[in-house]
Amino acid sequence: MFCRSPILRRAATDERAAGSHVSAAVSQTQADNAEEAQLVERLRAGDEAAFTALVSMYYPAMLRVAQMYVSGRAAAEDVIQETWLGVLQGVDRFEGRSSLKTWIFRILTNTAKTRAVRDGRSVPFSALAAGESEEAELSVDADHFRGPDDAYPGHWLASATPQSWAGEPEDRLLSGETRGVIQRAVEGLPPVQRAVITLRDLQGWAPEEVCDYLGVTDGNQRVLLHRARGKVRLALERYLRGE
Amino acid sequence: MTRIEELTCQELVELVTMYLEMTLSPEDTSRFESHLAICPGCTNYLDQMRTAVQLVGTLREDGIPPEARDRLLEAFRDWKRGA
Repeated sequence: MFCRSPILRRAATDERAAGSHVSAAVSQTQADNAEEAQLVERLRAGDEAAFTALVSMYYPAMLRVAQMYVSGRAAAEDVIQETWLGVLQGVDRFEGRSSLKTWIFRILTNTAKTRAVRDGRSVPFSALAAGESEEAELSVDADHFRGPDDAYPGHWLASATPQSWAGEPEDRLLSGETRGVIQRAVEGLPPVQRAVITLRDLQGWAPEEVCDYLGVTDGNQRVLLHRARGKVRLALERYLRGE
Repeated sequence: MTRIEELTCQELVELVTMYLEMTLSPEDTSRFESHLAICPGCTNYLDQMRTAVQLVGTLREDGIPPEARDRLLEAFRDWKRGA
């Protein structure tokens, strides 16, 4: 209803349309079960295209998940490498009781946890998630709003009122530079917020999938997502304002 | 006529994710939407949030860096050869 960005919408549709049948197979609808079975068969048969498509599609999410457990990009890359080896070695025994995605990501967490212990770096995940969602944190600084003595307390100050981005050329919003701003904002997030926004907004997981996978409550998941999105919006606002 | 308590802008921004996830109660949803109807600043804020979410989605196209892909493909080919 408030979406004033037809080109962005179109871009999202094009992207889906451009995705191969492999990416359709791993989208999470029931109807795709048959396609998923086919994908498993292709992997077993050593089909390199199927492997490359899967690896490429899951890479951003796998990276962010691994980085919740291990320190540094190189260690996370090792975890991903080891995970795929585990997938290839286990695919003959995969019975499809869970979805392929769920199975792959379970191998990923197990691998990452093992590596974290080996590196002597095992902060309990629950402590990490709690720390990132319990501390009070505002989406917008309090000084952007009118104070308690104003006639309209809690309303935007004229100088801080959000401006419409509808006039921004789509080319600018979709440019490499803007993507860089978003990429850096996501990278700068605390690890669990970064994983949640990546799973939800980049990988398109449903809220309950993220809760199950990370073992967080629905409310917690939403707080983490809210904070992550708020920071990305802020980074974009600063960039578009030329700050 | 009962008058529902109005949201402030500062309260609204903290409810945006719940609104987009459709997890607000019907009462809070109507308070949220009544506020939007009279507040261009919050309407812009909500639009900005939607745009931010969509743009995060476009990062997906970045896929996997070539070096990481090559390393995985090598492992795949080894596996296929039965190494």
